[in-house]
Amino acid sequence: MEAGTPDLVKLEDLQVGKMLTGRKHILSLLVENKPGVLARIAGLFSRRGFNIDTLAVGPTEDPDISRVTLTLDGAVHPIDQVTKQLHKLVNVIKIRDMEPDQTIAREMALFRVQAAVENRADIMQFAEIFKARIVDVSRRTLTIEVTGTQDKIDSFERMIRPHGLIEMARTGEVAITRSRSDQ
Amino acid sequence: MRAADALCEALKAEGVEHVFGIPGGANLPTYDALYDADLLHIQSRHEQGAGHAAEGYAKATGRVGVAFATSGPGATNLVTAIADAMMDSVPTVFITGQVRTELIGTDGFQEADVTGITLPVVKHSFLVTDPRQIPQYIHEAFHIANTGRPGPVLVDVPQDLSRADIEYEPAEGSPNLPGYKPTTEGNIKQIRIAAKALANARRPVIYAGGGVVNADASQELIDFATSDKLPVTLTVMGLGAFPAPHEQWLGMLGMHGTRTANYAMDNADLILAIGSRFDDRITGKLSEFAPRAKFVHIDVDPAEISKNVPAHIPIVGDAKDVLPKLTREYRALKADTSRLDEWWGQIREWQAEHPLGYADSSDSVIKPQFMIEAMYEATEGEAIITSDVGQHQMWAAQYYHFSRPRQWINSGGLGTMGFGLPAAIGAKVARPDDTVVCLAGDGSLVMVCQEFATAAAHDIPVKVFLMNNGYMGMVRQWQELFWDGRYSSVELGDSPDWVKLAEAFGWSAARCDDKRELTGAMRDALETDGPVLLDVHVDKTENCFPMIPAGAAARDMVG
Repeated sequence: MEAGTPDLVKLEDLQVGKMLTGRKHILSLLVENKPGVLARIAGLFSRRGFNIDTLAVGPTEDPDISRVTLTLDGAVHPIDQVTKQLHKLVNVIKIRDMEPDQTIAREMALFRVQAAVENRADIMQFAEIFKARIVDVSRRTLTIEVTGTQDKIDSFERMIRPHGLIEMARTGEVAITRSRSDQ
Repeated sequence: MRAADALCEALKAEGVEHVFGIPGGANLPTYDALYDADLLHIQSRHEQGAGHAAEGYAKATGRVGVAFATSGPGATNLVTAIADAMMDSVPTVFITGQVRTELIGTDGFQEADVTGITLPVVKHSFLVTDPRQIPQYIHEAFHIANTGRPGPVLVDVPQDLSRADIEYEPAEGSPNLPGYKPTTEGNIKQIRIAAKALANARRPVIYAGGGVVNADASQELIDFATSDKLPVTLTVMGLGAFPAPHEQWLGMLGMHGTRTANYAMDNADLILAIGSRFDDRITGKLSEFAPRAKFVHIDVDPAEISKNVPAHIPIVGDAKDVLPKLTREYRALKADTSRLDEWWGQIREWQAEHPLGYADSSDSVIKPQFMIEAMYEATEGEAIITSDVGQHQMWAAQYYHFSRPRQWINSGGLGTMGFGLPAAIGAKVARPDDTVVCLAGDGSLVMVCQEFATAAAHDIPVKVFLMNNGYMGMVRQWQELFWDGRYSSVELGDSPDWVKLAEAFGWSAARCDDKRELTGAMRDALETDGPVLLDVHVDKTENCFPMIPAGAAARDMVG
């Protein structure tokens, strides 16, 4: 066979995949519920210079397995390299890079805001619009619980900040895949 | 049975015959168990020595090397060796004593969080929390250390738990590790694409590394390269995986590689990386590395693929599995070898224009390169050579023409001074019938000279050929070339008197500073029983060339 026949692979046709995706990624990790696992994950991220945006850890339906959900910026980090490095940790069983349109992701946040009598109604109206709940009240403050996507919580924060945001606590996103309609 | 006895039984069940280490408070139970166990223990004089000896043992054989240390400082002294084993993918198991369970976290005497300290430099680690875990953890540690991409595994055993009484049952079969399933079989579709691309390449280069040695795939590499006339270059970790005298051999590549190898990479249209990882010492300036090439990357560790250089054809798998398939697929294409004629013409031109060479002295002064050539002659090119890091390491890589895998044992990734002597001790224990020579630098050797005692006490007949230039030579070279000759804390002077020092440890020793006597002095050293040091005084200010300055491109080699 002669070099350059169509059956062969032309070198000029070979392409590499894009390293950066440019979007936010949610990685869902199933890990063994053993001491030190989180330290291994956190250590890996700091050692390789990967920056975690949010991190949430909790139990799963199986007591031997925990779920770690973390979000990362795919414009800054090569997600493929991140997942491959994570896979090298012996205690990491499974990693899923969640597809945005097939994923239900939720985060919970608590906001303590200044709420003097004159603007209390405004704030409660915002809360209403965002389907947020007032979970604590004092003479000068309201504490509000919001659940939703990261974007929703971001925009609630933007709305409420001008009123005097005293404190905010966010959980980081957790995520699960959507069921197919025939399931 | 005592858990410490079970630990020794578990080691034997893994086929362990030799262990390197030092006892201390927290691993006393283990050493008490060793007293009766049918294991040969080599008592090192510093835990770093034990660790590197375990590495040398593993590198010489492919079998898992084992080192023991006590808690706290014993364990922290191991850290350099553990990091070294991680960087060079050396199958090793390190077993440390830990303070009693009730003391953990209290800053107890000789307590150090060694699992925490070593977290970034282990393939995996275990902290024993129940004595019944010990046999299982040992089994898992060996499995992890020695499969997939090999590496160091640490098992930390609290003192009280190793004294506990347990039922010992040998762990059998593959351990159940749900998160550890290394891919060793290459994807045949990818392999086929690689073969088809190669058949179309006009300027291909095989760039292979330590992964080929680790996979014991040297013959498979030779078969593949010679299935056509494919040029081969190797990293410093890969030397010996392809015989240096071969006509398709371009020499080592990288910072101190041959111009031919580096120019070939620079001009290649297809680079086949096999068990190599595009380290900065290979690529130089990444943005200008091999600008004309497409990349096939074969590695057992998927995370290495596209880490530094994006691969066009990634193949995850063990070289031992992938290379025969690739050879078969490539042969079936019956590629036209003559398409490579022009490429070989160019390569031969580079080789003729830029052979490795040096200006030899016209008097009795020993040039360091001459010393390596004399060593090659005296050992007939057959010895196992260990070294540290630095000029002597690079000269050995250039001038000792390694012809078989596991013949060259050095610290490539971490670049550890003082690796060579303990590694030679480990290699000699593993391969008693081979000649083992440590080519040492004087800066390196003084860092581990306590290991002279280890070799003497156990009568391990290693030969140390000391390249003595009175400097930390590579650092001096950099200060000369890149720091305006401001020699800052780099001179070592004439202390110690190496002959006296070696003799004080019970070694035979001699000095040589005349090149006419060197080969003979080396032969004498090789023929002398027991451990021998030959202190060779070489030209103090010779530089190692050629060289790609750090951060420069391959085509900008100097010297």
